[in-house]
Amino acid sequence: MAIIEAQEITKVYSLGDIDVNALTGVSLAIEKGEFVGIMGPSGSGKSTFMNILGCLDKPTSGKYLLENIDISDLNRDKLAAIRNKKIGFVFQGFNLLPRMSALENVELPMLYDGISAKERKENALEALKKVGLEDRGYHHPNQLSGGQQQRVAIARALVNNAPIIFADEPTGNLDTKTSVEIMKILVDLNTQSNITVILVTHEDNIAAYSRRIIKFLDGSVISDEIR
Amino acid sequence: MINIPSTFRISFRALKVNKMRSALTMLGIIIGVAAVITMLAVGTGASRKISEQISSIGSNLLIILPGATTSGGVRMVVGAQPTLTISDADAIKKECNAVSDVAPVLNGVAQVVYGHQNWSTGITGTTPSMLIVRDWPLASGRSFADRDVRSATKVCLLGQTVVDGLFGDIDPIGQIIRIKKIPFIVIGVLAKKGQSPQGHDQDDNIYVPVTTAQKKLFGTPFPGMVRIIMVKAKSTEALAPAEKQMNDLLRQRHRIGQKQENDFNVRNLTQMMQVAEQSARVMTLLLGSIASISLLVGGIGIMNIMLVSVTERTREIGIRMSVGAKTWDIRLQFIIEAVTLSLIGGIAGIVLGVSGSKALGILAGWPTIVSPLAVFLSFGFSGLVGVFFGFYPAYKASLFNPIDALRHE
Ligand SMILES: Nc1ncnc2c1ncn2[C@@H]1O[C@H](COP(=O)(O)OP(=O)(O)O)[C@@H](O)[C@H]1O
Ligand SMILES: [Mg+2]
Repeated sequence: MAIIEAQEITKVYSLGDIDVNALTGVSLAIEKGEFVGIMGPSGSGKSTFMNILGCLDKPTSGKYLLENIDISDLNRDKLAAIRNKKIGFVFQGFNLLPRMSALENVELPMLYDGISAKERKENALEALKKVGLEDRGYHHPNQLSGGQQQRVAIARALVNNAPIIFADEPTGNLDTKTSVEIMKILVDLNTQSNITVILVTHEDNIAAYSRRIIKFLDGSVISDEIR
Repeated sequence: MINIPSTFRISFRALKVNKMRSALTMLGIIIGVAAVITMLAVGTGASRKISEQISSIGSNLLIILPGATTSGGVRMVVGAQPTLTISDADAIKKECNAVSDVAPVLNGVAQVVYGHQNWSTGITGTTPSMLIVRDWPLASGRSFADRDVRSATKVCLLGQTVVDGLFGDIDPIGQIIRIKKIPFIVIGVLAKKGQSPQGHDQDDNIYVPVTTAQKKLFGTPFPGMVRIIMVKAKSTEALAPAEKQMNDLLRQRHRIGQKQENDFNVRNLTQMMQVAEQSARVMTLLLGSIASISLLVGGIGIMNIMLVSVTERTREIGIRMSVGAKTWDIRLQFIIEAVTLSLIGGIAGIVLGVSGSKALGILAGWPTIVSPLAVFLSFGFSGLVGVFFGFYPAYKASLFNPIDALRHE
């Protein structure tokens, strides 16, 4: 059974009189435990699609089932709960809170899940350990390298044991060596913890980590192949 | 579900980032709270002073003055016509059952001498009832008796100021002073009474039997004349009946016809003072409400800064939403931030307001009183201001679209 099922998803951005058709009817299904690469040129709708799958945005039309739940029926707070429990995000720009330590950044999803302070700290330390940053918990983002910041973001994405991780160009701001380290962590999470990873990238060598590659062009899927 | 203590910690840290801005925002609340506390202290002090004066003139006190307020359309000076007598006072005491005691008064000013000391002071001729009517105890010695009034003996009671002026440290009881060169024996000293509502020193006075004042000190155009009659009603409720009974009695005694105006005037001092007290209370309220406007202005300052802060931190809000912050998680975060601002400002305002009131009391001599209720109220009010003016920015933040907030630069 598919963990993600998109049916005829469209997204239209209205900019005054012009309508931008960012997605023109995308249908696909992703099984639990898959490692999917989404590729395509800039502006082809990859991020738009991923944000809809990540419940950060709503489609203009179409149906999206996440673990068989129809997302279009849910209100803001229900969507927030799904993002909290089912989804982890890793963005190109890391998106850490600058005034908080690495540890506090990792604790953030648990803060909104009503978990006690003690348990939050334990879980956050454990998550930092998984990404090899257990000794950097009290560093602030500006005291960490790009690769380390991205690892904090990954720790935050996995700390609530979310079954799905969305990564939008996670290595876009990193050098090749660091990119390889980040990709290795994502691959390990996929193979060892059976986390479904959906990775957006336009780099072939990064996409090479995926078993399935979906290609986008002008808002629709032009190829979907398993290697 | 949302974690309040850690939200407080988060907001505290957010405020620390912009120390100067937070301090300036608080300044509005600080000034507002300080103004409320000071204004209430000034008003409360004024009402307290008036209540003290009410009890100092004596409770349930009525005063009868000779003369009509108007006469044939011509305004007359109250007390211009000498119409009241000791027998009027006796009749009131005997016939008006709402009255508990009566003291006639004939007063004037005279030079008083003791040894080489000179003192110019008020002399009041009256009866022993005066001390009851005015609720005025003796500090030492004894009061004169009805027998002294009947036989116009030359005895006197001194007010505290007179004792200080004439005797210094000497015990005045039993000493002889000369009033208008006539020797009087001091038989008692009155307790300190302080200022009258009109602001003169009530202790700068000597009391003698009314008959002695009439015959030996001031003289009267006709026998038994007094200047005023002081009356104590049996209770506050008896004030109105007493006024009516005296009115009827005196009209009858003075043979005043149906259409004629009174040749006397009954004043309800207690009532007059209560009116003054009432208006002091209204003034307190007015001062307090004007001051709370500045607290509201402070609140608008908080709202302004919170709106700026929400805009500046759009991305932070987006990040929090992306990891699962719900509507009220975001709202509470910003409301608590506003409340933290206003409560810290409130505490500083209380410190400033309390010391400002004390300073006003010391420097300007105003009788300021900081009531715990005023402190409590203004602290609570500043907290409410935080919630109220923090709500709109918080509400705005909570409605951000997660992805738009996250992409915000
Ligand atoms: N918030 C937005 N408002 C208007 N147009 C948008 C917005 N976000 C994306 N777009 C447009 O939608 C299209 C797809 O964008 P996006 O999904 O970001 O592409 P990709 O991630 O593949 O580079 C682009 O043409 C882009 O300009
Ligand atoms: Mg993109």
